[in-house]
Amino acid sequence: MAVTLIYGDLAPRSVNADPQGDNLWLNSADLRSATGWELKPEGVCKGDVCVPIPPTRSVEFVRDGGNSFNLAAFGRLMGQPVLHDDKNAVWMFGESAESRDNTLASLEAPDFGLPDLDGRMHRLSDYRGKKVLLAAWASW
Amino acid sequence: MIAVALDTAGAPAVRDFIRPASIEMPALLKDIMGWDDAALARAGVPTYPCLIDQKHITGELYQFINVPMVVWIDENGRIVRPTEPAGVMDGVRSLDPTTFTMPKDVVEEGKRQRREYIEAIRDWVNKGDKSIYVLSRDEARRRSPRPDAQDALASANFRLGEFLFEIGKRDDALVYFAEARRLRPESWSYKRQTWELEQAGKAAGPEFFAEVMALGDKHYYEPVELRPRSSG
Repeated sequence: MAVTLIYGDLAPRSVNADPQGDNLWLNSADLRSATGWELKPEGVCKGDVCVPIPPTRSVEFVRDGGNSFNLAAFGRLMGQPVLHDDKNAVWMFGESAESRDNTLASLEAPDFGLPDLDGRMHRLSDYRGKKVLLAAWASW
Repeated sequence: MIAVALDTAGAPAVRDFIRPASIEMPALLKDIMGWDDAALARAGVPTYPCLIDQKHITGELYQFINVPMVVWIDENGRIVRPTEPAGVMDGVRSLDPTTFTMPKDVVEEGKRQRREYIEAIRDWVNKGDKSIYVLSRDEARRRSPRPDAQDALASANFRLGEFLFEIGKRDDALVYFAEARRLRPESWSYKRQTWELEQAGKAAGPEFFAEVMALGDKHYYEPVELRPRSSG
């Protein structure tokens, strides 16, 4: 069935998946386009990073001869908060606390992209070379 | 400066808020902030990037659990002062919500702290890493917010709620907003943003003031250590 996948900072997208309780099975071929991760013999990989699937728990992560991958189980393995709203068929994979904490501890200001009042996109990295006072406020 | 509005309601809400004609600030707020009519007029035509963060992405990245909060980032993209209240203090704890008045000594202290913070920013702009207000790496790390698993789960709940709100599933969204508030009760950003989405005006209504008054020994804004503890 089609579900909306919100994966980290990626834009929400519709994917064909098989939700089973707290597990979300994706076609392995769709995994990369949906998340950037790819199933390889050495594990689940993104760029230079590969995460081995625990050998004694492979059935939790892979089925159908490797054609189907449990993204929810992998998210939990990675420490990501995984939520699903079954009524609206939406799955949310957040950023792990460890990842956020490591970024802040590095003191490297995390980049982001947001629109201004006229809809023009700005990235923090556009202002490299200048001091930036990043000020958060709200109309509420 | 880059101003980021943590506003799930988006640009229309922000634009409506900063229209000069709509800025009818209480006299007390204008007094504390030092805003005269000229300053308010300038607010409607900012000369710096004003960005809209509907998903509170920067709120999660930088742990903006209240507003206004700031982060100082140098030319190399390094955080030299991590997230902290932007020259504000706990004066709201002394506010009479029915008359919107505050004891004079609290008002004057608020003004003093605001002036001091602005001068610190100016010092950094002029002196760069020679400024006494630039923190050492160790001090900056010590002061950096340290999100834990519960904070991450709260953020995921807020993000899911925000998505559902965006696609028109308001009632479904409110469930996740409530969970975000429950998981991270110290986040006034979650409280006030989601209250405002529940009902216009709720973010500054009786429920807000009741929760502020119930803080007890806790702070609404954590005190800012403007000067570093050590010269290192």
